[in-house]
Amino acid sequence: MNITLRVWRQKGRGDEGRMVTYKVEDVSQDMSFLEMLDVLNEKLTLAGEDPVAFDHDCREGICGACGVVINGVAHGPETTTTCQLHMRSFKDGDVIDVEPWRAKAFPVIKDLVVDRGAFDRIIQAGGYISAPTGTAPDAHANPIPKADADRAFDAATCIGCGACVAACPNASGMLFTAAKVTHLGMLPQGQPERAARVVKMVNQHDEEDFGGCTNIGECAAVCPKGIPLDTISQLNKDLLGALASGKL
Amino acid sequence: MTELYIEGDPIRDEKAPEGPIEQRWDKRRFSAKLVNPANRRKLSVIIVGTGLAGASAAATLGEAGYQVSSFCYQDSPRRAHSIAAQGGINAAKNYRNDGDSIYRLFYDTVKGGDFRSRESNVYRLAQVSVEIIDQCVAQGVPFAREYGGLLDNRSFGGVQVSRTFYARGQTGQQLLIGAYQALERQVAAGTVKMHTRHEMLELIVVDGRARGIIARDMVTGEIETHFADAVVLASGGYGNVFFLSTNAMGCNVTATWRAHRKGALFANPCFTQIHPTCIPVSGDYQSKLTLMSESLRNDGRIWVPKKAGDQRDPRQIPEDERDYYLERIYPSFGNLVPRDIASRAAKNVCDEGRGVGPGGLGVYLDFADAIKRMGRPAVEAKYGNLFDMYQRITGENPYEVPMRIYPAVHYTMGGLWVDYDLQSTIPGLFVTGEANFSDHGANRLGASALMQGLADGYFVLPNTINDYLASGPFEKLDENTPEAKEAAESVRARINKLLSIDGNRTVDSFHRELGHIMWEYCGMERTEEGLRKAIERIRELRDEFWQNVKVVGTNDELNQSLEKAGRVADFFELAELMCIDALHRRESCGGHFRAESQTEDGEALRHDDEFAYVAAWEFTGTGEQPVLHKENLEYEYVEMKQRSYK
Ligand SMILES: Cc1cc2nc3c(=O)[nH]c(=O)nc-3n(C[C@H](O)[C@H](O)[C@H](O)COP(=O)(O)OP(=O)(O)OC[C@H]3O[C@@H](n4cnc5c(N)ncnc54)[C@H](O)[C@@H]3O)c2cc1C
Ligand code: SF4
Ligand code: FES
Repeated sequence: MNITLRVWRQKGRGDEGRMVTYKVEDVSQDMSFLEMLDVLNEKLTLAGEDPVAFDHDCREGICGACGVVINGVAHGPETTTTCQLHMRSFKDGDVIDVEPWRAKAFPVIKDLVVDRGAFDRIIQAGGYISAPTGTAPDAHANPIPKADADRAFDAATCIGCGACVAACPNASGMLFTAAKVTHLGMLPQGQPERAARVVKMVNQHDEEDFGGCTNIGECAAVCPKGIPLDTISQLNKDLLGALASGKL
Repeated sequence: MTELYIEGDPIRDEKAPEGPIEQRWDKRRFSAKLVNPANRRKLSVIIVGTGLAGASAAATLGEAGYQVSSFCYQDSPRRAHSIAAQGGINAAKNYRNDGDSIYRLFYDTVKGGDFRSRESNVYRLAQVSVEIIDQCVAQGVPFAREYGGLLDNRSFGGVQVSRTFYARGQTGQQLLIGAYQALERQVAAGTVKMHTRHEMLELIVVDGRARGIIARDMVTGEIETHFADAVVLASGGYGNVFFLSTNAMGCNVTATWRAHRKGALFANPCFTQIHPTCIPVSGDYQSKLTLMSESLRNDGRIWVPKKAGDQRDPRQIPEDERDYYLERIYPSFGNLVPRDIASRAAKNVCDEGRGVGPGGLGVYLDFADAIKRMGRPAVEAKYGNLFDMYQRITGENPYEVPMRIYPAVHYTMGGLWVDYDLQSTIPGLFVTGEANFSDHGANRLGASALMQGLADGYFVLPNTINDYLASGPFEKLDENTPEAKEAAESVRARINKLLSIDGNRTVDSFHRELGHIMWEYCGMERTEEGLRKAIERIRELRDEFWQNVKVVGTNDELNQSLEKAGRVADFFELAELMCIDALHRRESCGGHFRAESQTEDGEALRHDDEFAYVAAWEFTGTGEQPVLHKENLEYEYVEMKQRSYK
């Protein structure tokens, strides 16, 4: 099939950007979306034009590196990562808009590549369990009810892609933050730091220019890992509890 | 063959202590010099890589109080390729009480590696495996649990006990997130300085010691010089030399290859692992191959039609016209034979014209019986996310139609040569994880790479690097140090060269062609004739690359073609060495199958009298004869036998 792309081109951080139209011919149904962009880039390179920059690595939906807004939707029409989207989701003659994540906390570096360093800083603020190497008790010392372990696991599957932020009208990073708070907060090992963790992570979130959460739910709708919205309720509960207890 | 390489002096691992194998690690830890906590602050370590091997080491050395600088090419350390591991991690916990032990894990690994790994190293790996699970659970890694709240286990290819811990099909992700969080905790504590989107392009060696790296800031293009008292490479494997592999797109050999050019020996480069259960290639545009976890072989049955060229829908092919060839040839291990055996068996049936799917390059992995036996919900609970992934990629529903799988390059056992301390032949340069050659011999068992990466990073390196650092801090250096200046200049010159060729072919087109050559001649089956042809073609293509590649743009910006060009240039040099190594090893062992060396029924035939050694290669110049240094392998504990999984 033949596709028309309108792609956001921006030379560097702080430069003006604009949408540029390209035609891509002979696109196969079985190609992934990124493979289709590869084909475009091969063509551009041979013509001596700058290929479109986009982040990607595993191309298996797990590293969280990829992510663009396709026709206005973060990661495109299927609930999956951009790398796992295949061209069979489109049809011959389609015009497809391709843009970077747009959020103040994620400045564009070039074309479709953004800086998501803010997520790492939220983790630095408290998204861990302090367990220095070599100090651990036997893994079976502390059985964990399966239901809790499963809930923790569901939240832990977040890949840090940032689609939730891109989809949110407030550009809030709350689903990402809540996923980590829930993952660690559901586990017995996570209890000692639970109150301090949520407070520090939320503070960092706010410092990073993410917007506030007003419970719209666009984030969970695009999340490729199905992180549930109720993690945000969990975060709010933990936050209120922590603030009320005063034991930070 | 002597025209291709020169044989030099043998090499020895001087660090592994003698004596009973179970005491060696204790002895080494005791004999290694310690660094007093107050002095650690004055000592700096560069760690390239934030996968399991690098992130765990950075976190642990940071906790110990060293000044750590950590590098990765992705935008976040959490995205290192380890994230993609699906199946699980081994540990000799014997929680199942099924006869497992440290000794058995050691034995299985030595045997699985087809007697081309070191007993001392493997034993240590099995010993520390137990601590890894404890460490990860303490960090909050959500391993699969049973209803009683205890950890669940499964079995993996090549073994008969259940010792694999897992987190659904996302074990690597969960382990890496654990290590990443520990790393970020140290970043916050100020002991680790993180450099994301930085690519190491050269090693700095001063007075014979590794003293730093040259890295390119991938956003601004700045060429930066970083110094330290020791350098650790945890930069992963080089499977992408084949272009198509299950590795992430950015996986490369540059960090280790640059160190090799500066004097670090490269060991067993031809030992690559081809994984039997990947989704087959669907077209020319294909950019990578996707692995379906090997755990699928626990319940899925592998078959092809008995008749060559049978085009029927698989569901229409009656039982007695199917060949469950692994169950037939290897009745005691069946579908769970080690990877190299399963891969070659698939190639053989496809060579006979019995392959299925596009181009006849595929075999069925069928869950119909499992669904009948366990019920669909149980299959879904166990493998749901893998089935979904398969369906997303192929557009076929594996609950109804058998999956199609085909082997793909997956892992590289070869890597920089290291001693028992994980130190390379350049003092002060340590190598961990997939980047070193150490523990898997000629074939790695499933779920053992994650174990090795974390063993190296959490427990081994932090107990050996101190022995080296105890003699530091070393002389202070700055950018005017001649060796550093020279290294930075050579990096700039190479970048300028790549940008100025302005030829007619893209980097990817060269990479793809190189990959074809490697897959054809240095893949699942290797012959003297084929390898010689490959070497010739690699040299020609490399020459063409340096005259005809086209890299658009400049250095002073995010330039993904430039990044790729540098990596592919190094793959070209590595590819030649892989073929020379494969050619010189005139035996079949593990993942290395030389057609000239097989038993009557087509099984791999080792030649222990001639080849029971590690081949460690010294660089002498691009296209020049490398020098072979042999490290003899001795087996005191496990008797060297031909492997048999029948
Ligand atoms: C799809 C897949 C599934 C797998 N499943 C399993 C499994 O179930 N069980 C198992 O045991 N093993 C599995 N493996 C193997 C295992 O995942 C890897 O061997 C292991 O994770 C490698 O870890 P590492 O830390 O050595 O390197 P990696 O995780 O590859 O990390 C490499 C790091 O080095 C950095 N880097 C590389 N080059 C440079 C450079 N020049 N400059 C700066 N930084 C650089 C990267 O940014 C990255 O941070 C799997 C592998 C694949 C491909
Ligand atoms: S919560 Fe979902 S959308 Fe947001 S970063 Fe995590 S995986 Fe991506
Ligand atoms: S490239 Fe890794 S999630 Fe898409």
